[in-house]
Order: sequence, then C-alpha cells, then structure tokens
Amino acid sequence: MDIAFRLNGETVALRDVAPTTTLLDWLREDRGLTGTKEGCNEGDCGACSVMVTDDTGAQALNACILFLPQLNGKAVRTVEGIAAPDGSLHPVQQAMVDHHGSQCGFCTPGFIVSMATAHLQGKTDHDTQLAGNLCRCTGYAPIIRAAVAAECAPVPAHMHDEPVEKAPSDPGGLYVQPRSADELAAWYLNHPKATLIAGATDVGLWVTKQFRDLGPVAFLNGCADLTGIEESAEGLRIGAMTTLTDMETAIEPLYPSFAAMIRRYGSVQVRNAATIGGNIANGSPIGDGPPALIALGATLHLRQGQTRRSLPLEDFFLDYGKQDRHPGEFIEAITIPHQPDRLRCYKLSKRFDQDISALCACLSVTVDSGQVTRAHLALGGMAGIPKRAATAEAALVGAPWSEDTVRSAMQALAEDFQPLSDMRASAAYRLKTAQNMLLRYWHADQGAVVSPLEVTP
Amino acid sequence: MSVAKPLPHDAALLHVTGAARYVDDIPAPKDALHLAFGLSEVAAGALNGMDLSRVRAAPGVIAVLTAQDLPFENDVSASNHDEPLLATNVVHYVGQPLFVVAATSHLAARHAARLGDIDITPGQAVLSIEEALAQDSRFEDGPRVYGRGDVEQALSTAPHKISGQLEVGGQEHFYLEGQAALALPQEEGDMVVMSSTQHPTEIQHKVAEALGKPMHAVRVETRRMGGGFGGKESQGNALAVACAIVAQATGRPCRMRYDRDDDMIVTGKRHDFRIDYTVGFDDDGGVLGIDFTHHARCGWAQDLSLPVADRAMLHADNAYFLPAVRITSHRLKTNTQSATAFRGFGGPQGMLGIERVMDHIASHLGREPLSVRRKNFYASGGDTSGQKKRNMTPYGQAVEDFILPEMTDALVASSDYETRRASVASWNAQNPILKKGIALTPVKFGISFTLTHLNQAGALVHVYQDGSIHLNHGGTEMGQGLFQKVAQVAAARFGVDVAQVKITATDTGKVPNTSATAASSGSDLNGMAVQAACDTIRKRMADLLAERHQCSAAEVVFQEGTVEVAGACYSFAEVAQMAYFARVSLSATGFYKTPKVKWDRIKGEGRPFFYFAYGAAVTEVVIDTLTGENRILRADILHDVGSSLNPSLDIGQIEGGYVQGAGWLTTEELVWDDKGHLRTHAPSTYKIPACSDRPDVFNVALWEGENREETVYRSKAVGEPPLMLGISAYAALCDAVQACGPAYADLQTPATAEAVFAAVQRTRQ
Repeated sequence: MDIAFRLNGETVALRDVAPTTTLLDWLREDRGLTGTKEGCNEGDCGACSVMVTDDTGAQALNACILFLPQLNGKAVRTVEGIAAPDGSLHPVQQAMVDHHGSQCGFCTPGFIVSMATAHLQGKTDHDTQLAGNLCRCTGYAPIIRAAVAAECAPVPAHMHDEPVEKAPSDPGGLYVQPRSADELAAWYLNHPKATLIAGATDVGLWVTKQFRDLGPVAFLNGCADLTGIEESAEGLRIGAMTTLTDMETAIEPLYPSFAAMIRRYGSVQVRNAATIGGNIANGSPIGDGPPALIALGATLHLRQGQTRRSLPLEDFFLDYGKQDRHPGEFIEAITIPHQPDRLRCYKLSKRFDQDISALCACLSVTVDSGQVTRAHLALGGMAGIPKRAATAEAALVGAPWSEDTVRSAMQALAEDFQPLSDMRASAAYRLKTAQNMLLRYWHADQGAVVSPLEVTP
Repeated sequence: MSVAKPLPHDAALLHVTGAARYVDDIPAPKDALHLAFGLSEVAAGALNGMDLSRVRAAPGVIAVLTAQDLPFENDVSASNHDEPLLATNVVHYVGQPLFVVAATSHLAARHAARLGDIDITPGQAVLSIEEALAQDSRFEDGPRVYGRGDVEQALSTAPHKISGQLEVGGQEHFYLEGQAALALPQEEGDMVVMSSTQHPTEIQHKVAEALGKPMHAVRVETRRMGGGFGGKESQGNALAVACAIVAQATGRPCRMRYDRDDDMIVTGKRHDFRIDYTVGFDDDGGVLGIDFTHHARCGWAQDLSLPVADRAMLHADNAYFLPAVRITSHRLKTNTQSATAFRGFGGPQGMLGIERVMDHIASHLGREPLSVRRKNFYASGGDTSGQKKRNMTPYGQAVEDFILPEMTDALVASSDYETRRASVASWNAQNPILKKGIALTPVKFGISFTLTHLNQAGALVHVYQDGSIHLNHGGTEMGQGLFQKVAQVAAARFGVDVAQVKITATDTGKVPNTSATAASSGSDLNGMAVQAACDTIRKRMADLLAERHQCSAAEVVFQEGTVEVAGACYSFAEVAQMAYFARVSLSATGFYKTPKVKWDRIKGEGRPFFYFAYGAAVTEVVIDTLTGENRILRADILHDVGSSLNPSLDIGQIEGGYVQGAGWLTTEELVWDDKGHLRTHAPSTYKIPACSDRPDVFNVALWEGENREETVYRSKAVGEPPLMLGISAYAALCDAVQACGPAYADLQTPATAEAVFAAVQRTRQ
C-alpha cells in the first residue's frame, strides 16, 4: 500500500509497504530511529509509545501494534522529536531529569511520549495517562513527581503537528483503506474472508505473536461515517469505529460507572486505538464492552452490502468464537436506549489498571416502590460468551428489593454459569465473586463504600 | 565534593531523549544475521529427532544449527556444566532451546523457529514441590541444614507452639529490555560480544569455551542494560554463545534478542518456595525455638540455586534472635525454567518466612504484631552483655551494629503508626465490606557474596594530558546508578567536577576477571577499586608536585578543580600536563577485596557478610471482603544506606525496590499448567505493578548514620535490601484479613485478590 504521513515534522511518502508492517519495526529497522523501544510487542508495556496527530488532535498510541497504513494522512512524533528542533528539552524531559524519573531508561522514551502528549492535551490525571507505561525500576513515584512539575509549563510550539494529505489506495485491491461505509460494504462483499482492521489492538497480536496470515485486509480508519456518537429519541447511537476514548467521554454523563470501567479498559494508548465495533465483533468472552452494553439493552446494527439488520446485542454472541454475523457483514453501530441509570460495572482483575478481566459483572436493577421491576445482569468471563444471568434475574424481578432477595439471586446465579479455571482465576473464585457482586450492588445501592478504589489514605 | 551530591543518573539526558543505546540499538553491519531459538513444547522426554527442513526452507533463513553442530562445549551453565545451549537427547522443560535459526531479519528468524518438526517421547515431568520430594529429585545429596541449640527441647517445653505453611511465589524479572546480544567476528577467529549482561566475564568465559578459544580471544562489552534485577546474571549466556557460534560458523555478525514471550518462557525467575515452620514461644511472643523447612523449586538446571537457597537460610532470622533454630533446605529439581538470581537472591523468601511467623504468633496470642517483632529483635547496638548473647545469628556471625530498635522508634513516630493503627481499627468497625490493615516490618540484609572469592573488583583509570579522566571498572550499569556513584568517587579523589570524568562501558579487555554486578555489591566493590586506582595516580601527581615545591606529598590538596601546593595553585589539567612532561604514568589499575569475610557453606558457619544493611517500612492497605481486591494506600519507609554516595539515586532504589517487592507479594503470579507450560508469559497475563499501584502516599527517608565498616565513604549497599520492605505490604494485608474473623488468616502469596478472598473466608470458618 502507499501511505503518507509526517514523522517528527518531516513528510514521509512510502510506496508498496506490506500492510502489516508495524510502525515500531519500520522506525527501528528502516529508519534507524531506535529511541522507540520494544518491550513486549503486544501493546501492554508502552515502551513503544508514539504521539499521533490527526485532524481530531494528538494522542498516544503503541507503535508495536500499529500498522503503517493506519498512519496514512497523520503525523507521528517519536521520542526523537519531543525535544525542540534546536535540541532544547521538552518540559517533561527536563522534569524527568530533575526528578530522577529514569533508572535503566528503557521505558523512559515511552513515558516521555505519553507525558508529552498528556501535557499537550492539558491532562493531569497522571495515573490514568500513564497506566499503559510499565516501569520496573522506579516504582513510578519520581515519574509522577516529574509529571506534576511539568504541568504548568507551556507547550512547545513544535508539538503541534499538522496532518498531511493521505496517499490514495486502490479501492479494488486486496489491501484497501475504504473512505466510507459504502465503499467498505461493496469491497467486503467481494472479499468476505478478509480481515477488517479497526484499531488493531487485537489483530496486531495476530501478526506480532501468532504470525497469522490475514488474507485481504481493509483498514477501516478512513470510514468517517462509521465514527461518531449521535443522541436521538431512541438513544445513543455509537458508530462502530468510535474509539473507547471517545466512548468514555460520551458515556460518562449518562452511565458514570460504565465510564469508570472504560477507564480501566486497556490503557490510554489502547483506548485511543481500540473501537467499540472491534470489541464486539471480536467476540471475546472477556471483552469489557459487551457485558455493559447488554445490561443496558443495547441494539447492534449490522450491514452486509446494502442490507442492514438490527438485533439485541446479547443475541449476537452465539457460542465461544461464534457470532451471528454473515459473510461480508460488518458492524455499523450500536444503540443504547435511553434509561434511568441503574448500571454498575464491576471489573475484577489481578491488577486494577490495564488488565484483562477475570470477570466483569455489569448489573442494572430497576426498583419501583420497593419491588424489582427489571433486572439485567450481564457477565463476562463466566461463560464462552458474554451472557445474562437468566435465573438470577428471575429471582430478582417481582421480588422486594432487599438483601434477602439479593441473597436468593446469588444462589440462583450458580445455575446460570459454569465458569472455567485459568491463569486469571479459578472457577470457584469466579462464581463466588460473581455472586458477591450482586451483594456489592445491593450495598452500593444502600450507600456503602464498596470499592478499594474509593478509599483514600 | 562530588560524593553525597544528589546528581541525576549519568545517562538521564540520554534516557529522556531516546539517545541511550541498548544492545539492540547498536547499528550492526549490513550483513548481520538475526537469531531465534526453536523451543521444546514438552516438559520432559526423550528427544528422538528433529526434522528441520521446513525451518531451513523458510524465507530469509541462512543457517540452522543443532547440538551436533556445536564445535566445542555445549554448555551455558553458570555453575555446574548441566545446561546445554541446545538440547541433546533429553528435554528438561517447556521452553528449552532445541535448535537455533539464523536469518536475515529478526522477524524471519522468529517465523522460522516455529516450523521445526520435533519428535519427543514425553516422559514423566516433575513439576511441583510435592512431586520432586516424592521422587527425591534434587540438587545436592540431601537437604542442607543450618542451626544451633536443641530445637526439639525448646519446642517441647515452650508455653505455646504453632505450625504453619507458606507458599512463596516466584517472580518474573520483567526487565523492560529483554535479553540481547550481538557478536562481531574478528580476525584470527576472535570475537567481540556486546551483551545485555550483569556479568561480562561470565559471558566471555562461556563464549570462549564454546568457541574453543582462550579467554583472551573474546572481548565482551556492556554499556548498559534496560534493567537486570538478577535476571541478567546468568541468563544472557545462551544468547551470547549462540551469536558467537553462528558468527564463527558464518563469518557474519549475529544478533539475538528474545521476544517478550520467549524471554519469559525460556529464562529463569525468582525461586518459588514452600516454607513449613513450627515455632515455640513464651506468653509475650518471644521465640524459644523454631524449626523451618525451606523447599526451593530450582527448575531443571543448577544455575545459582545453591547460593540462592543458602541465602534464604541466612535470612531466615531477619531481625530476630532465635535461641534454638533449625533451618532445613531442600533444593528441588523440577522440569521447569531454571530458577535464577533475582534481587535479594533467596533473602526475600527466607525473610518472608520469619515475618509470617511473627504475624502468626501475634495472631495466636492476640497481640499487636509490632510488639512481637520488637520483643524478638536482636540486641540493640550489638549489645553482647546479656547472658544469651542476643546478637548472635544462627550461623555464628555477631550482629555488631543492630540499629533496628532505634529505626523502628523513629519510623513509628514519623509514620504516626500508633494513631493510625487505632484509626484503622475504628474504620474497620464502621465498614462491613472493606477492611483496612497496617503493618511495620523490618529488614536486615547481609552484604557480600556468600561465595567469598567473588568479593573482589578491579578498575582502570586514565588521566589524559588535558585533565580529562577516563573511568572504567568491572561493574555494570543496569539502571541502579552505579556508574554515576563511582564517577562521583573518582571526581572526589581528584577534586574535580564529575563532568570531567568520562564513564565508559564495562569491557573485559580493560578490567579482567570481574564478578557479576550482583549481591548489591556494585558500588562497595567497584567504588573502592576506583578509589584505589585514582589514589595511585593522585599520589604520583602529588609526589611530583611535592618534589618541585620541596614539601611533603601530604601537603598537596586536590579540590574544586584545582591542585594547591605550597602556596601555588594549579588547575588539575595543568598538573596532568606537568606529569606527562615529567614522564609520570597517568594510568593505573585499582583493586579491592572485601575484608573480614569467611564462610563455610557446608557447615553453615562463619562470617558470610561484611556488614548488614537495615530498613523498615509501614504499609497501610485496604481490602474488599467480597472479592479480595486490595490496594496499598500509604507506605512510610526509613532505610539505612550508611553515608549516602548519592541520596537521590539511593531513594530511587528504595522506592523502586519497595514497589517491586510489593508486586512480588501481590499481583505478580506465575501460573504453570499441569503439562508444565507457563501460562503467564507476557504482560497481558503477568501483572507487575502499574503506575496507580504505587502507594498514594509514599514517604521515603534515609537513616542518618554511617557504615561502621570501612566501605567507600562509609556508604552501604542499596540494591537489594529495599525490595524486602515490600514484605510490609503483605503483613498489612494479613492484618486487614485478620480483621474479618477470629480464625488465623493464613494468607498465602502472592496475595492476589483471589488469595486474599480465600484468606478472608478462612478467618470466618
């Protein structure tokens, strides 16, 4: 494929690049820009963080799972481009020196890029901004001191990058970058075995770790009409290519607990790339988006050629690795119906930030005059698919909203799931904590403090 | 003076600009080959054969080597010659290298390495401690036993006696830079190797053996590592040797780095342990007798497991006087990665055992755990006046400067421990779902290699005619700031600014026969060696000036960039030039060996340590009783680094060590399946602490004091000891769990949410 982008201020035009060449490999091997490091090659450590600017602004991304065509028309800034062209240090660089924020230094370039990007955006929630950057030496304390120290320094002018003109792609080829959902629909009908690449936070690993042959490939980030969030009488319609970052912003005022869970979904770098459509289409039993959306009664909008259909999201997941999706069919959007917010999302993982859920319980219980009128209990990590707890829901609906009712629903929940044991959790632990999350919901509803994250020293 | 200044890391500016070069960043000549290992997917069995035709046919592949292709030694062991580079007739673990592929790119080599058709007849794998004990699968003939006194008598007469068992998890190093090496073939078959290693001399030694060359034919260079933590003491041998062998065979430069998953699957980690104990004690919690059994899961090859397990035994006392004590240590051989050095080197496991016992005693007696700890402390200041000599370790080394009682008092005051303990109790009374816990734990860590001959170091210093100084020594830089500390020493000896000192890469051609940068010894050993080299040159300069000014050399003063003598004042550069013209040598080597140490590891007697480093930490945590989720809220640390060479770098080691230690005991869980596959082999599944896991409030202070022994500027080693401050996080979790019910919490490690949840249930049984 042909692509054009800006690299540390200079325009780069590449012809015939292999579509699955990662930015990281290209930077290090073709460009000799070795400041960007490979720490894990799967988007979990952030040592390869780069800043990517498009017409919506700048954001940090993991270069190890970022394919070159995803950069078409954008601007990239690596650690080598963070200091000013005259060599003077960026405020976060100076602060990291002054506050002893580097020891072995290997993670440092990634931290610098993440910090400089957050600084550009004026963000000061440093723990969140840096959750995707692992450091094994410092214990993070000096890095945060540096980030705080640099907060008020002005943004150096060179940090404001301008995107460039995209290199065109052949709309009928095997590797394409469609410009609209129509173009994608037509191409996908002709290439139903193709791989669709949205944010590549999962597909990236198919390439870097599993060496899978992706076949024909369509990069969807050119389809502007698949992005965006619209509010209508029906509800909130979220385009499939909406990133988790944008989704968090839109969800926050309506369903704050869902937004708080999204904050723990991957990391800033991952959420900037990952899309809600990808999160659903992927069909993973441990994806965090689907349980919340199912609990909210969301509707999925699918498209095959010119044919469109909609179905409740929960019906899309048929079995482990199997979804109700026809050849050549793709997700266009999802709609969350308007409702009073009764949703609580409980994500259980070994580490709070940037960890895959052992179990994710998204619970919504509506109570009217002391009686439960509606219960949507959707859980991830408990079965081969994200799934509602039908028996437990039945135990709740129509019953008085009381601890006794909750405890009987907890009993009932054991009939809904036969979870597995794996490296994240044992089956017994999954089941017991899933039951306990109903109790947590009850206590939270009574105003109790229920999460260690709410406690301050 | 440059010593004691809080200067930044020597490469800080390079780190933040991305200009610091690691092994894989070094530009290699254009025809360089890239290597990858084909790995065993079976934990134990007979290797019948390998069909590698698909590997050879893969795009970009230039060569494929098996054990039969190795010209000389097929061994990368750091100790016992039991670690073939490539498997011969038997496979020992999932992840064992079977063959090596050389290809035109890293990616091509990785792709090809998966295409081997391997014929293995699976055998019975020994995976667990129980299986190893049942089959008597072990290193050494039987368990090592250290101790003193009549333990049976003490246990049988003690007013109270309890027993318990603690699982101690292993730990992946997770250095951000994976293992890497680059071999550059030279004329006459010589080899230059760039390696990310804590032990260049070992790399040189193993490469020379593999090439059938004397050591002088191999030169190893290490500028820096992207983290080591013990994981690059011996684990880099395989890559360096493979690169050298293929470079020799093809005549082309070879480089190799492990992909993260390979790194975690192939290389060794911290030893996981199971510790059994029976302890007898009085009504105040004073230990009368204790019987420890350590089971160390060492993996398939010996590597450094014997000294690791020894050190665990040597820290089974931590800060406490144990009147009658027996420590039995089983070093078990299993079909898993060969467990290796990791910051603390067994010390953390041993220490965790006794800290757990202190909490167990406190729980049994219903006493405040800190009171039990204080009750058992060694005698303050090494007081030997008591009849029982409460300053004697189980291995017969006197604790001569025990400062933990005073440090504990100071930390209790600065952390407001007593008030906070009371508020934790009242908070817990009001919160049914969440519970808080608080704990103070001490650290006493022995400094020196227990293998006595390793306690030596060399340095090479040149002063050029312009007064600039070239500094070299045998220590390696892995982020700990060793190079800057040693440069500060050199600058102080010459009375110049540290900017005048050029820090250069560790190089076996400059300083030979070095020890690994390990055992926290880096600045103690290399700082002294550099000091000696500098002083040799300084003396020559002083003698010259003294002769010219007709005074004694003692009257020549080197300070603030000048040299003053008999009323005259020269710049350091002028003196350097003067010396050159006077035909005085401006180059010197320096050498240091640690005094006083003497150790018999078979008897378990002697003085293994030159001195002890101390520290103490208070941690406060909160747990959720419904899920076991938990979080560190606050940590207060007081740590003893003697008279600090660089307080900022020392505090950095303490903060980082604490978080790494807390990670070991909480979120970092290694999981193997029943076939011996490591299931947690990437950061997606193995969770080191992330940014928000550090304590919300994190106070670190240095203890005011100096080393009683004559170390470099009376400083103390700081690399390993702070890791064990993280034990306070575990103890605080135990405290929080204990608030849930009357039965003993029996919290196992790593204290993941699941383990905490299980312990909460146990308290309510």
